[in-house]
Amino acid sequence: MREISAKKITETVKNLCINANTDLPEDILEALNKALAKEESPTGREVLRQLISNAKIAKQEKVPLCQDTGTAVVFIEMGQEVRVIEGSLEEAIHTGVSLGYHKGYLRKSIVTDPLKRKNTGDNAPAVIHTEIVPGKNIKIGLLCKGGGAENRSAVKMLKPTSSKDEIEQFILETAEKAGPDACPPFIIGIGIGGNFDTVTLIAKKALLRPVGKHHSEKDTADWERELLDKINKLGVGPMGLGGRVTALAVNIEKRPCHISSLPVAVNIECHAHRYKEAVL
Amino acid sequence: MIKKLSAPLTNKDIQSLGVGDQVLISGKIYTARDAAHREFKGNPPFDVKGQILYYASPTPTKPKAVIGSIGPTTSSRMDAFTPELLKKGLKATIGKGTRGREVVAAMKKFKAVYLVVPGGAAALLAKHIKKARVVAYPELGPEAVLELEVLDFPAIVAIDSKGRNLFEIGKKEYSR
Repeated sequence: MREISAKKITETVKNLCINANTDLPEDILEALNKALAKEESPTGREVLRQLISNAKIAKQEKVPLCQDTGTAVVFIEMGQEVRVIEGSLEEAIHTGVSLGYHKGYLRKSIVTDPLKRKNTGDNAPAVIHTEIVPGKNIKIGLLCKGGGAENRSAVKMLKPTSSKDEIEQFILETAEKAGPDACPPFIIGIGIGGNFDTVTLIAKKALLRPVGKHHSEKDTADWERELLDKINKLGVGPMGLGGRVTALAVNIEKRPCHISSLPVAVNIECHAHRYKEAVL
Repeated sequence: MIKKLSAPLTNKDIQSLGVGDQVLISGKIYTARDAAHREFKGNPPFDVKGQILYYASPTPTKPKAVIGSIGPTTSSRMDAFTPELLKKGLKATIGKGTRGREVVAAMKKFKAVYLVVPGGAAALLAKHIKKARVVAYPELGPEAVLELEVLDFPAIVAIDSKGRNLFEIGKKEYSR
């Protein structure tokens, strides 16, 4: 069985934290440039120009794109023929986050208790989702998720008899209400099916798909395009100041579900979509 | 239209600004967000007359840098505290997202503007800050009140002193 040291995982997570916060992924940058070409509102164009310029400065100077450096959400795909030695996987991840946020001069935004609200001081613990998959590699994905956009996300348990229109209405309402506060243009992750817990997780995983890549089923891919078009007709625009570009992408993930359920989750992501991955 | 502003601001400056204008601010501005507003208890530790308040808290400062990345936070969380500060003479606030009805009413009454800077433009905005020092509540860490000396700090007039609101006007103009 292949072995990977906990230290290696810590080092990888540390680097991912710093890279994710300072280097906007290429697909997002490209989407912002396309948005600039498409945007008609002068204010919206100015906002987009500043965001593109911001990404360049952050990359060159290795400084955070946004002061809200987020919750570290870690997605692990663990091959069933590999094991972690010299420490625990989860501890290794938390330590990596702690080191990354310290060495990268990133803001620490996590509190120990949701009611007592004392800062943990190192942005740990991370939120960790682990899947066991075939193979002998460990894939680590890191999403640094800002608070403003996460606050505007929503989940609703619809009826199995609900129409597609009702699902759409919930998605459009959530996008519109997210409005200026959640930092549009958005990336919108939609989960449909599963149960109360899986629906929000697949909505979040939908955010990880590169912008421009659609669902493998044609009807779902078409629906993603239609929803994007409808959201962009809301007029919210960059930073909510009015414009043609309110979202950069709409990604849907689906799962089987119970005969009496139709859960739908909408995870709102800001334009500063900080996601990086590594394979060990 | 791009207009240069130098802080502190006068009523004349405020009246010259219309919704949608781009401004470049130079001079001293102050940061305060949730925790600092709670600490003010109606009495900010500096004279707010003519001043500009920026709802922001930076990332830690790297060695040799003036300040870390510093973009706006959501302004509406400060709505409950804002009318009182406007009454004391505060002339402008900077943040992201829209403002409540009472804040807009107080802006009209006391002649003030609300400016927006893009969320997620924190590295770019930091480039326009030439000096930074803590003026109150160092115990609040990143939420301490900072005095920032800015040069051509870019912002957009989102709500002007006549109460015209770009979030409403812009959305109406571009929705189909």
